[in-house]
Amino acid sequence: MASPKIVDVAVIGGGPAGLAAAAEAKGAGANSVLLLERDDKVGGILNQQVHDGFGTKVFKEALTGPEYAAIYEDRVNERNVETWLNTIVTDLTDERVITVRNKGGVQTIQAGAVIIATGCRERTRGAIGTAGTRPAGVYTAGSVQNYMNVRNLAVGKKVVILGSGDIGLIMARRLTLEGAEVVCVAEILPQPSGIAGNLVRCLEDYDIPLYLNTTVSEIHGKERLTGVTLAEVGPKMGEVKGTRRFVECDTLLLSVGLIPETELAVGVGVDMHRATNGAVVDDSFRTSIPGIFSCGNVLQVHDVVDYATLESEKAGVAAAQWAMTGQLPDAKINMSAGNGLRYVLPTTISGEDAVDFTMRPWKEEHDKSVVFKSGGEVLRRLKMPHMEPAGMIRVRVAKGRFKNVIDNEITAEIED
Amino acid sequence: MSEKYDVAIIGGGVVGSAIARELSRYDLRVTVLERAADVSRGTSGKNSGVVHTGINVPFGSVKAKFNVAGARMFEKYCADLDVPFKRVGKVIVALGETEIPDLDVLKAKGEANEVPDLEIIDRATLKKMEPNIEGASALNVPTAAIACPYSLTIALAESAAAGGVDIKLNSPVTEINGTQGAFEIETPNETISAGLIVNSAGLGSDKIARMVGVHRWRVWPCRGEYVILDKRVGGLINSMVYPVPPKGGAGLGIHITPTTDGNILLGPSADYTNDGDDVRTTAKIRRQLLNEASEFLPELTPRDVITAYSGMRPKLVTAKEGGFGDFVVEEVEEAPGVMQLVGIESPGLTAAPAIAEHVSEWVRKRIPASANSGFQETWSAVHRTREDTLSKIDTMIAEDPDYGEIVCRCEMVTKTEIVDAINNELDATSLNAIKYRSRATMGRCQGGFCGPRIVDLLIESGKSPESITLNGGDSWLFLGTTEDLRAQAKTRRASQKMGAK
Repeated sequence: MASPKIVDVAVIGGGPAGLAAAAEAKGAGANSVLLLERDDKVGGILNQQVHDGFGTKVFKEALTGPEYAAIYEDRVNERNVETWLNTIVTDLTDERVITVRNKGGVQTIQAGAVIIATGCRERTRGAIGTAGTRPAGVYTAGSVQNYMNVRNLAVGKKVVILGSGDIGLIMARRLTLEGAEVVCVAEILPQPSGIAGNLVRCLEDYDIPLYLNTTVSEIHGKERLTGVTLAEVGPKMGEVKGTRRFVECDTLLLSVGLIPETELAVGVGVDMHRATNGAVVDDSFRTSIPGIFSCGNVLQVHDVVDYATLESEKAGVAAAQWAMTGQLPDAKINMSAGNGLRYVLPTTISGEDAVDFTMRPWKEEHDKSVVFKSGGEVLRRLKMPHMEPAGMIRVRVAKGRFKNVIDNEITAEIED
Repeated sequence: MSEKYDVAIIGGGVVGSAIARELSRYDLRVTVLERAADVSRGTSGKNSGVVHTGINVPFGSVKAKFNVAGARMFEKYCADLDVPFKRVGKVIVALGETEIPDLDVLKAKGEANEVPDLEIIDRATLKKMEPNIEGASALNVPTAAIACPYSLTIALAESAAAGGVDIKLNSPVTEINGTQGAFEIETPNETISAGLIVNSAGLGSDKIARMVGVHRWRVWPCRGEYVILDKRVGGLINSMVYPVPPKGGAGLGIHITPTTDGNILLGPSADYTNDGDDVRTTAKIRRQLLNEASEFLPELTPRDVITAYSGMRPKLVTAKEGGFGDFVVEEVEEAPGVMQLVGIESPGLTAAPAIAEHVSEWVRKRIPASANSGFQETWSAVHRTREDTLSKIDTMIAEDPDYGEIVCRCEMVTKTEIVDAINNELDATSLNAIKYRSRATMGRCQGGFCGPRIVDLLIESGKSPESITLNGGDSWLFLGTTEDLRAQAKTRRASQKMGAK
């Protein structure tokens, strides 16, 4: 085994978050930036997302996933970020030593700063505990997206989709366009999990019914899937008696949520956030371990890729600054999520710069305000016409507002 | 024309496969007829993977005889076949004071079967051994072990095949004619002649017995559901944790069992069913498993579950009768020349090596045979880089760069391991065949990421997308390529137009 490679900033994961972080780390003055990607190309899940709608915030135009990825791929190449493809990280220590494996062998890397940008995986049938037999024909939505869009493989003719997450909705349209019949989308929650635009563009435009408060209670078929039992669920997620009905299908797609791939972060001992299942970070995207940063979907599941990019660019700049100078502003102010909010990130801030806070509400809200308070005084209030759990709330709070913080505590909450 | 064999073994579970390997020591023509697309797809692949010591079986029973003998052979057996085996020990835990006398009864049963080193331990000692487990007292069984049941069955069958045994997959037996020395066995594919038959058909062993005119037995399928926990919580226990067996119950009670790969199994339940193939899982039992296990292990949460599965016990006692049902390991007068192995439920995995030796002696008494030079003394099919040191892996990559490509990252399975699994001795190429040989797709993402890459490698090996299955039979995964579908749709539309005219 060769001696460790030394770099200023190492970025783990070459999806949209890692690409943006690596490009900006280099742009912000890190001499050497190494991007580690397990796949044979960078871009991550964007590579299989051939539909458009990416980039409307950053570039003011609707790009396809591969187009969006290509822009950032060019950027890391222009800035001479070193990229290792087909490389998997097998270990990360709190001294920022990374162990990787690829066809060249096993190699270690000593990094000044490490950015964890490993994204998400899909929640599976086993994780949600769907009962029944175990036939072929039960897929996660993202894996079908890969089979269809990357490998040109058709998975079935008659499809039920469980979960109204965005990938599920987009696959409903995609499967319909490829000649399959999408019987319905079932969503266990009382509201859709995907964003409103996708409900119209992917379901309504193709007359695909969406059943809310409905789940798949059983899977049938011994060899290939023959059908599923749908059932309505009550307010406590219990099955409502007498609502079971059999729906014939040969394919079940699961779009039931994303789980941050935090194994490296957890393994190295980073403090985790209960609500996001990602790391706890400050406004420089520092985790609880010095020199280890986190951004993108492994930090919090984003609704729109543009925001993952913007967040990761900041993480890249901060990581470069830390690697080159060993200094970042102290984050002494604690943030907490109050009434109506599941979480607010970052969880600590310095107050020395403006902060883009990200939040998710517990439920759908209309014409309410997001309020930042300290010691009972309002620092910032922003009227929001519409908030929903499927969408992330973003609020910028200017530096000047933090002058009035009392006892280093700020609460974000929803008010009338 | 039918193929002629000295011995036809019906059923490619752990017992049938062990017999096949044992017979491959000799110059005999042997075949295994397995109805599924791979070996180990029934009871043998879906159990707790426990190498039982003999504390649960009454002294003098057939079960006790083969269990105790098998347990002694097991470690070397696994070593010869490169199968994961760990002597982790077992504690049978009395939750309250009232259960403590039951531990003495179990201890006495075990001592009658000469199980060594049994000891009743108190709460404090238990806490020291198993800091996360709650209990008033426990019976410590340090010689109990775990092994990977499907890896063992596959290794037995593959080593037998490499030694000259014909393993015929997708070959359900539909009819048996003839008598000892000249049996004619029908499968949908062919007729097979055999001098002797071994009925190791597990859940179907009563049906096979009836085909040769033996109507003594009926097998009652009894489903056992399990959940598998993430490796993240694998460290919660050190040894197997069992409850005191429920009185008159169909199983040993829901236990907490580590696997050789570092996961934890919760289960099995015990529910009689009419259909031995009905290996569904249910929401009710999933809840029950988590609830019962959390009595011992209060830290468990539903979030720790990766997936669930069911196995099926081939029992010879009904739900009503309950209690103990012994193994049948004998040739009966109605059907000379047929070794009947019926009701081989737990501890069938442990007993398999001993049953195999017994059956081998029975065969050789009738058909004397010399040694087979092709016998595979040891066997190692798919390497496990996940168990290697980094420097060893580095050296291996230098020789074969494909060891540097991780295909399944949850379980750290490399491309070489997947390709070796695809090119297996039995030509079993379903996705599950690859899974059980390489461990790919068994982790927390359940194949979400590596599934497409494995499909690539199957296609590279020469399979068409339409021919790829999850589990053989009609468990297809792809209709074809999207181009094929478009072409089909075009043809369909064209012919509809013609029809309209």
